[in-house]
Amino acid sequence: MNALVVAGVLIVLLGISYQTGWSKSRNLVTADGVKVHSRPQYHGSFTAIWAMIPALVILLLWAWFGGGITHNYTVSQIPQDILVSLDQAGLNGALIRINALASGYGVAGETAPWEQAAGDAVRSFNFLTFAGTLILAVVAGGAGLFYARSQINARLRARNSVERVVNVLLLACSAVAILTTVGIVASLVTEALRFFTFINPIDFFFGTVWAPNNAGGDNHGSYGLLPLLSGTLMITAIAMIVAVPVGLLSAIYLSQYAPKSFRAVAKPLIEILAGIPTIVFGFFALVTVGPFLRDFGNAIGLQISATSALTAGIVMGIMIIPFVSSLSDDIMNQVPRTLRDGAYGLGATQSETIRNVLLPAALPGIVGAFLLAVSRAIGETMIVVLAAGNAPILRGSPFEPVSTITVSIVNQLTGDTDFTGPQSLVGFALGLTLFVVTLCLNIFALYIVRRFREQYE
Amino acid sequence: MATDIQTSPDKSSSERTALIRAGLRRRHLNEQIFRGLGIAAIAIALGFVALLFADVFRKGIPAFVQSNVHLSVTFDAEVIDVGPAPARGDFASDAEYTAASLKWQRDLALLNWNTIVEASLRKAAPEGFEIDSRQIQSIPETNARHQIREMFVRDPSLLGQTVEVDVLASANAANWIKGNINRDLGDAQQQLSPPARQLIDIFVENGTISNGFAWSIFTNVDSRAAPASAGLLGAFVGTLWMMLIVVVLAVPIGVAAAIYLEEFAPKSRLTDLIEVNINNLAAVPSIVFGLLGAAVFINWFHLPISAPLVGGLVLTLMTLPTIIIATRGALMGVSPALRQAALGMGASKTQMVFHHVLPVTFPSILTATILGVAHALGETAPLLLIGMKAFVASVPATPLDQAAALPVQIYLWQGNENRNFFEPRTAAAIMVLLAVMILLNGVAIYLRSRLEKRA
Repeated sequence: MNALVVAGVLIVLLGISYQTGWSKSRNLVTADGVKVHSRPQYHGSFTAIWAMIPALVILLLWAWFGGGITHNYTVSQIPQDILVSLDQAGLNGALIRINALASGYGVAGETAPWEQAAGDAVRSFNFLTFAGTLILAVVAGGAGLFYARSQINARLRARNSVERVVNVLLLACSAVAILTTVGIVASLVTEALRFFTFINPIDFFFGTVWAPNNAGGDNHGSYGLLPLLSGTLMITAIAMIVAVPVGLLSAIYLSQYAPKSFRAVAKPLIEILAGIPTIVFGFFALVTVGPFLRDFGNAIGLQISATSALTAGIVMGIMIIPFVSSLSDDIMNQVPRTLRDGAYGLGATQSETIRNVLLPAALPGIVGAFLLAVSRAIGETMIVVLAAGNAPILRGSPFEPVSTITVSIVNQLTGDTDFTGPQSLVGFALGLTLFVVTLCLNIFALYIVRRFREQYE
Repeated sequence: MATDIQTSPDKSSSERTALIRAGLRRRHLNEQIFRGLGIAAIAIALGFVALLFADVFRKGIPAFVQSNVHLSVTFDAEVIDVGPAPARGDFASDAEYTAASLKWQRDLALLNWNTIVEASLRKAAPEGFEIDSRQIQSIPETNARHQIREMFVRDPSLLGQTVEVDVLASANAANWIKGNINRDLGDAQQQLSPPARQLIDIFVENGTISNGFAWSIFTNVDSRAAPASAGLLGAFVGTLWMMLIVVVLAVPIGVAAAIYLEEFAPKSRLTDLIEVNINNLAAVPSIVFGLLGAAVFINWFHLPISAPLVGGLVLTLMTLPTIIIATRGALMGVSPALRQAALGMGASKTQMVFHHVLPVTFPSILTATILGVAHALGETAPLLLIGMKAFVASVPATPLDQAAALPVQIYLWQGNENRNFFEPRTAAAIMVLLAVMILLNGVAIYLRSRLEKRA
């Protein structure tokens, strides 16, 4: 309700101020051969900006500090002798009751006279502060409006001012990207440091046992990263073994051999794989690939667990195929035609050209593409959550369940806000590890790819 | 070619030709093998696409059929003995009336509606069929009694009457009917008792149970107590809220950032930093964005847990780099002639960008937005970290309510213990998700081709 009133008032202010500036600009008399510098829209926007900014600043200030002020006022309405008898929980309960009375919603049971009085006081306080803020905002906005209106004349460079404001807004929007990174680093580092106050970093990075004690208490359990890291690397390796040959060969065929019509159909079809949500791949791995591998293993006398590093790795490899294929396709297209023509001129067959000329020339770029694919595989979550088996044990066989960094993050952070023990804080330490590893891979890969591109430009 | 090489003195030309012929044969064979490998790779990739879709469809399609039990329910006055529903006229104020009718509804809820359900089931069963009360009640879904009670609350004049009602068969009954469970398993492994199974078969034969399209998937919210009635509505609305937030926030911010970086930014350390940043953000694993959401939005700003607002904000930050990179690409592609013409006519730089350059890039920005949203739609991992794992059985009315999302619903359903029933349901939910994504992608492709033709 209040939000709607505020929004309505702001819209009205916006409309009036724009209209004021616009119409004053239309009526400007151009004497002595002086032309009006800016068009009426700019005068309108100029006035609107002058009106909106003071109003918004006041409303934002109240949104920021108003809650605390109201809280203090409400507490001050509780009689002193009762206030001292209340503990924290009791105080919160009393505040909820007073606010319920103030909003007119009412409370269950008998109302003490002081509660009723406090409720009435808070109600009028709320109304007064709300109305006061709004009026103040409108007055400030009006003052801005009149100041801007008084400034409007033929020489006013309204367009330049408006464009400066637009420029600042654009800059602010691109700063969101920086803020996101800052937010990621700040949240990961602060929470991970809190984790390291519980657990020695050496025990975390070099520990071989992952057994968090999720029950809480003084015994936190052990948080060794190595079992998770080995699982992550094993699954990534299997994924790359699947994705690299298939992705690279299909890219070669599509870009060098395939007729145009076939390429036009096959390429988007393969790229469908890239658009499928990973949870779908996870389900596919869990209910189809896993049981198939288990039965296949039984048939040839191998013990393969239905949820294992192999299952998750194969399906993750399938997911990465289009990533590898489209990146390598891109890179092979950058190799200059003259290199290929030279090879053909020497009598090489097409495959010889590709193997001996094209691939070596494209190799740095392709390695960069593979590193990007590795970084994606390491950070992938849903496939491994569903299909890797969640067994954080250090072991070497790909046929058995494993766990990964991402799986453990999901397991340890169930979304409760209680970031007090190492049980949930470890998620941030793991996240930090993941972030640093993928960041290094990405920067290195992008560097290689860029170097490669420059080489042929 | 081979005959040209005649300079070597120690071999006759025919020997040489034979040698080269043999070499050529080997080389051409290698060529064939290499080409075959390429075709095989494509076949494998396309085979996986086909396999995945076929598998999901094969598993999911049966879930779009639900088993309905047609009952003629008698609202027995002996069971429903709570007196008439309070009428507004008997009370002085609205508050008293509300209190009285709430009390009446509470009294109704305390009645044993199962006896009514059981009576109507027994009516449909053959004369003298031996089955105990617990066994016969395992046939309809547990929400049947609520459904009948709500009918009565809406229309108290039903007292004493008999009406035809369709209720859902329970998940176990549906498994038995559809053959999701092996019928040859022994009694110990069956979820239903032998008489219940026998009665279900009789019901199917005499038409009391029949199959129909499972509208419940689209019209119901998730349910644990009554799995057969579990639907996607809550998750779907939750996803819609999040997509709305992503579009409202990510598109203006992303486009504005791209315009600044591409058109206005002076070449400085800061803009270089922003640029490197955006490229890296695009490659940060999605789960890290979930950690950001958990720490910043929930732990520091105290926004509500598992709300579409937080999910939408996290997905916005994740989608931003995609939109920025695509928009920059589009801006870069606008022909310099257009810019110079605008500047030449006296437009300021801002006017040139907003009046002339930006409209030309509209199709690309639109496509990038739709593709970005489609990607965000399927994202699961970050949502799990901001508490969207929770079981939510309601439709979120505002973005601040607790909600599920489509991909999270898939995650929750695949973990349900009643595998026989929920595996098809999960596949059905995946089909819905994929349908939405394919629709979005199709719209993007269509719009791009249409708008580009016009431009």
